[in-house]
Amino acid sequence: MNLRFSLNGEQTALDVSPWRRLLDVLREDLALTGTKEGCGEGECGACTVLVDGEAVCSCLVAAGQVEGREVRTVEGLGDGAVARAVREELVSFGGTQCGICTPGIAVCAVRALEREPDASRDRLRELLAGNICRCTGYQLIVDALECAAARGRGEGAE
Amino acid sequence: MTAYLRPNTLEEALAVREAHPEYTILAGGTDLLVSGHRVPPPPGIVDLFDLRPLRGIARDGDGSLRLGAATTYLDVLSSDTGREELSILRAAAREIGALQIQARGTLGGNLVTSSPVGDTLPVWLALGAEVELSSAGRGARRVAYDAFCTGYRQTDMAPDELVTAVTIPPPAPGTRRFWRKVGTRRAQSISKLMIAATARLENGLIAEPRIGLGALADRPIRGVAVERAMAGRPPDEDTAARAARALAAEITPIDDVRSSADYRLTVATNLVARFVRLLAEPA
Ligand SMILES: Cc1cc2nc3c(=O)[nH]c(=O)nc-3n(C[C@H](O)[C@H](O)[C@H](O)COP(=O)(O)OP(=O)(O)OC[C@H]3O[C@@H](n4cnc5c(N)ncnc54)[C@H](O)[C@@H]3O)c2cc1C
Ligand code: FES
Ligand code: FES
Repeated sequence: MNLRFSLNGEQTALDVSPWRRLLDVLREDLALTGTKEGCGEGECGACTVLVDGEAVCSCLVAAGQVEGREVRTVEGLGDGAVARAVREELVSFGGTQCGICTPGIAVCAVRALEREPDASRDRLRELLAGNICRCTGYQLIVDALECAAARGRGEGAE
Repeated sequence: MTAYLRPNTLEEALAVREAHPEYTILAGGTDLLVSGHRVPPPPGIVDLFDLRPLRGIARDGDGSLRLGAATTYLDVLSSDTGREELSILRAAAREIGALQIQARGTLGGNLVTSSPVGDTLPVWLALGAEVELSSAGRGARRVAYDAFCTGYRQTDMAPDELVTAVTIPPPAPGTRRFWRKVGTRRAQSISKLMIAATARLENGLIAEPRIGLGALADRPIRGVAVERAMAGRPPDEDTAARAARALAAEITPIDDVRSSADYRLTVATNLVARFVRLLAEPA
């Protein structure tokens, strides 16, 4: 089909089978390799992107399903205050090691903090429960996001 | 070439279903697409995700609740309609997968996949829910959940039908509700077992108990013997023990990778007893 959708704010059109995974279309056809494949089964969250603002596993979305919709990937999180705080704090806390999980974490964290700037540590853990990390042990990720949340609320970095 | 169709109305969806029973019905894709890319592409896709007439929760004129088949778990969690009645559905929804799955997974998908570990299914049994099925030729019909699920991953849905809604009759005043899912962790875990239960007290005695059990048989089942053991008795320790014994006689759980039969039986009987004790607590 001729698929048309908004990708990171730009209208995009390409010819694809509607049955292909959004993940593959992003990585293979559109060369947006920030989005990672971990499990390919919806379990790990490495492939998380936003469709119409909602966090979804791009390995479980058929390409046809984004026709006319807005897709935001890790490349399109932009330079707003929340996205910047998430990126900077993940780096400064050591919330990323091998990096496979990091794009999915960043996408989920930006969605979480844009919608729930007052999210508690527990709530952040709940919102990111679908993002598996095999390296960091999670504490540093949650520390980073708690700090990013505080920055977002104007409480300043440490 | 796979055709892609996204109907905007129920009529359109039913017409496509009748004309192309061989097309794949796709909603959130969280069951279908787990292995979807490993099978040959289907001749066509009918995308029901975000089909507005099938999405959301509303109160019907007769006081019953109507939940559209394309309602997502996130929709359930954010809806204010029927908050009290749906407390156990919300509790189940909160524990399904994680955010990304809750954002896409739908009630209709859970019903049609009809897995013995489908988390919403015991809830429908406990709430006395009916499944609404619709076709272009025959219109809508409603079947009780027990009649909808006809066996291991089997349903009563015909090839020209779609699941369009779940309806829940208005509850009797004073109904108490209970939900427990036992898994390895809170998020992203497949249930070892689940129990959904409702009942109320009438003059201090248990009335209209409904127990839905998941992952304890080849399909979600009512705990009929447990219900009989509780009905008409006070919510005391004696009844709790009777209910637990009745359950042990009623089910023969299986050993599998997720848990042992022993564990399942012990936990399930403990949870049934806990539900009886809950009924004794002030509302
Ligand atoms: C990582 C992960 C975790 C999960 N965790 C849980 C969990 O904890 N508990 C649980 O119960 N499930 C879980 N699931 C399974 C799944 O998310 C649910 O069963 C979900 O409700 C499926 O809905 P869907 O809309 O995504 O279904 P889809 O995959 O779109 O469809 C599933 C089936 O239903 C059919 N279908 C869908 N809607 C209709 C309709 N209206 N009429 C007719 N046929 C229809 C499709 O043709 C298909 O056969 C999990 C899945 C994943 C990938
Ligand atoms: S790759 Fe999609 S959830 Fe793991
Ligand atoms: S940094 Fe390696 S998986 Fe998270």
